[in-house]
Amino acid sequence: MDPNLITTNRAVDPVFMFIFGVSLLLLVGITATMVGFVVRYHRSRAPEPTSRAESSIWLEILWTALPTILVMAMFYYGWAGYLALRNVPRDALQVTATARMWSWSFTYANGRTSPRLYVPVGKPVLVNLVSGDVLHGFYLPAFRVKRDVVPGMKNNHAWFVATRAGSYDLFCSVYCGEGHSAMITTVEAIPEAAFTAWLQEEEKAGGDAGKALLEKHGCLGCHSLDGSTKVGPTFKGLFGRSVTVLTGGAERVITVDEEYLQHSILDPGADVVKGYQPVMPPFPDLSRDEVRAIVEFLKRAK
Amino acid sequence: MNPAENMLPAGKGGFWIDTGKTGIASWIFSTDHKRIGLLYFWSVFGFFLVGVLLGLLIRIELMAPGRTIMGPQTYNALFTVHGVVMVFLFIIPGFQGSFGNLVMPIQIGSRDVAFPRLNLFSWWLYIAGAAIILTSLFTGGGPPDTGWTFYLPFSERTGTNVSLAVFGVFIVGFSSILTGVNFVTTIHRLRAEGMTWGRLPLFVWSLYATAWVQILATPILGITLVLIIAERLLGTGLFDPARGGDPLMYQHLFWIYSHPAVYIMILPAMGVVTEIIPVFSRKPIFGYRMIAFSSLAIAAAGSLVWGHHMFTSGMSDTAILVFSFLTFVVAIPSAIKVFNWVSTLYRGSISLEAPMLFALSFILLFSIGGLTGLILGAAATDIHVHDTHFVVGHFHYVIFGGSGFAFFGAMHYWLPKFYGRRYAEKPAILGWGLMFVGFNILYFTMMVLGMEGMPRRYYDYLPEFARLNFVSTMGSWILAVGLAILLVNLFRGLRSGEPVGNNPWGGATLEWSIPTPPPTENFAKEPVVTHGPYDFRGAGIP
Ligand code: HEM
Ligand SMILES: [Cu+2]
Ligand SMILES: [Cu+2]
Repeated sequence: MDPNLITTNRAVDPVFMFIFGVSLLLLVGITATMVGFVVRYHRSRAPEPTSRAESSIWLEILWTALPTILVMAMFYYGWAGYLALRNVPRDALQVTATARMWSWSFTYANGRTSPRLYVPVGKPVLVNLVSGDVLHGFYLPAFRVKRDVVPGMKNNHAWFVATRAGSYDLFCSVYCGEGHSAMITTVEAIPEAAFTAWLQEEEKAGGDAGKALLEKHGCLGCHSLDGSTKVGPTFKGLFGRSVTVLTGGAERVITVDEEYLQHSILDPGADVVKGYQPVMPPFPDLSRDEVRAIVEFLKRAK
Repeated sequence: MNPAENMLPAGKGGFWIDTGKTGIASWIFSTDHKRIGLLYFWSVFGFFLVGVLLGLLIRIELMAPGRTIMGPQTYNALFTVHGVVMVFLFIIPGFQGSFGNLVMPIQIGSRDVAFPRLNLFSWWLYIAGAAIILTSLFTGGGPPDTGWTFYLPFSERTGTNVSLAVFGVFIVGFSSILTGVNFVTTIHRLRAEGMTWGRLPLFVWSLYATAWVQILATPILGITLVLIIAERLLGTGLFDPARGGDPLMYQHLFWIYSHPAVYIMILPAMGVVTEIIPVFSRKPIFGYRMIAFSSLAIAAAGSLVWGHHMFTSGMSDTAILVFSFLTFVVAIPSAIKVFNWVSTLYRGSISLEAPMLFALSFILLFSIGGLTGLILGAAATDIHVHDTHFVVGHFHYVIFGGSGFAFFGAMHYWLPKFYGRRYAEKPAILGWGLMFVGFNILYFTMMVLGMEGMPRRYYDYLPEFARLNFVSTMGSWILAVGLAILLVNLFRGLRSGEPVGNNPWGGATLEWSIPTPPPTENFAKEPVVTHGPYDFRGAGIP
């Protein structure tokens, strides 16, 4: 890898060091002076004040000028570091991140999609940020990168480069409702060769088209397959269960069948399972076949 | 003696009884600035306690990963209501309404504020707004879950009771504007003879600067809130990209008010500290002019920095350049104040009583809040910590460690003057000490968590954040114990503690020259001011 490559970490971390360093000096200085004065001039030692000084023009100039110089230096470094976050290296790999309540999905140039962000080690990655519903935030703490994902905003992006293989957290940083803190995935940085192979691989999630669709559309962000309760009811053992739903405010008990499942995917607001919020978005882009594949999968989710 | 008087704790005199009226109506319809001040005090303080309770519940939920005591929807409502209560019902109306009302007219040698009835109306508006906000929690779709910032388009889509809550905040905003108008007029028109601008106590200067911010910035909040309601009820689509709107415009409008609002919260707190330090050092304040000037400078320049809340928002890079620069400019007057406070201690005769301990810890905690603010003002570093627990830690250092501690300082400094009785010193110091320690454990860990990448408004978190979250929750309990000791001691003291004289601390501002508790008329005859606010010799104090 190019040793001169300016990574986002190399652009940002020195600014942290500088500001924290100066701040620590100032804080220790202020505290020590304050405590020193309090001890030295405590009423038990200094029964009477020994000065009535009300101001000193030189001191005022000094302590106006000193912070001015320091904060201007901080401003400058901060800005310079920020520019590096905005200047995307020209050969960057392009990926589109789609955020929705409450999951991520990543689409590559060849059409491959994935719920995790796979990237080759050492290669800069440009992530285009797209949201279909509300504001989200694309946040990679390990790379000091963050950018709000704004619905409707064109050309919204962030970039980073993973210099070491590994798995890194990817969080949603902008509050987006009930599932906000569950809107987590990872960046998987793998060697370039492995990445190329992965990219060409046929999309198969255990060979099941239905499951692949669930991952692609982020259903599993809110519905679990293992029986745990997330934002929505679990898929495990769903088919054939009888549940209480609210239809237009009235409660009724239904048995989950194919028709109910289809209906719930296409028009989730119509019947809402009791105890859950009516937050699921409709999925109008799913074709009939896709819905059928999902329903088939759900029937088998035991 | 009339029976109502018997119900008053002994030792009450002055405005408590000298009008002959003591029933509830004589309070809630009173136009006396002191009674209104106490009405405000008890209402904002009640909301502070509610906010603390909610804060402690938030911390209990975060004590361990996964579900601890509540589900995500409850958690989201909790931090929203905690934020709304603390910001709009406690700290923004807090200083102006309670201590501004109680002492400002006396400090300038006046009988009351310029518009006493408007003053009462402000309190009623505040109560009406608060009642609407409370109603919104228990009606409709339940308590709002948007965060106190009400960002769109989320706040337009959520089924919770956002419109009503926002309407309540709108009403409270009017109360704030009216108080601002009242105070600016009072300070211009009702200063006693000899009370020149150069002899104005620095607390009054800080209220003056704050009042201008209230007048100029709050209307923008009002407009913004109305637009949220229009968005929800009429579907105007101004901020919703699905209808061709722009969510960034909302953020600009919101922060144009809400950053200056930070100065509504902190400037009067700085004013309190500026009163306390000279009195407990028996020395004139160092740099009177610079401190007064920096209040105005902060209020003015602070109106131009709102964009620092939006560095990751997708706003243009040029805007980030400008806002980052201006943010650093505002840091300078704050630093000047800190240096002047510390210099006031030099060669003084310092007594460490409760108000002074709060003032000194204010300096430290506010400095930590301000210095971590530099990280947020610098574009590169803000990107990493924005919207994380670093920000949560930072602003609690400023508004709780800063404004909150100054509020406690003001309570211990001024309330005895109005109640005629005081608290015991030792428990106050114990309470302060526990609060100080607990506070730092609670919020310093949050800043570390933010540096490690834990986002804010997070119901649940990864195991790697578990240890520090646990520590932070322990800190919140230490803080709570300290707070309980402090308050029980203070309020018990105000009811039945030692009586205090007219000038228990040896202050030179006018409130210490009149009887304790002050009579309704404040001054028996119009005062003529002959010395500055920190001229202890001129005031005849040894
Ligand atoms: C015992 C005292 C307090 C505790 C334990 C506490 C705790 C917390 C915690 C843990 C959060 C973050 C929640 C999250 O992001 O998930 C928070 C948010 C907040 N706190 Fe406090 N806090 C306390 C006092 C205060 C005070 C005195 C103020 C202001 C005067 C305040 C204002 C706020 C605000 C504005 C928020 C942001 C809410 C939002 O994100 O919408 N808090 N508090
Ligand atoms: Cu989110
Ligand atoms: Cu701000």
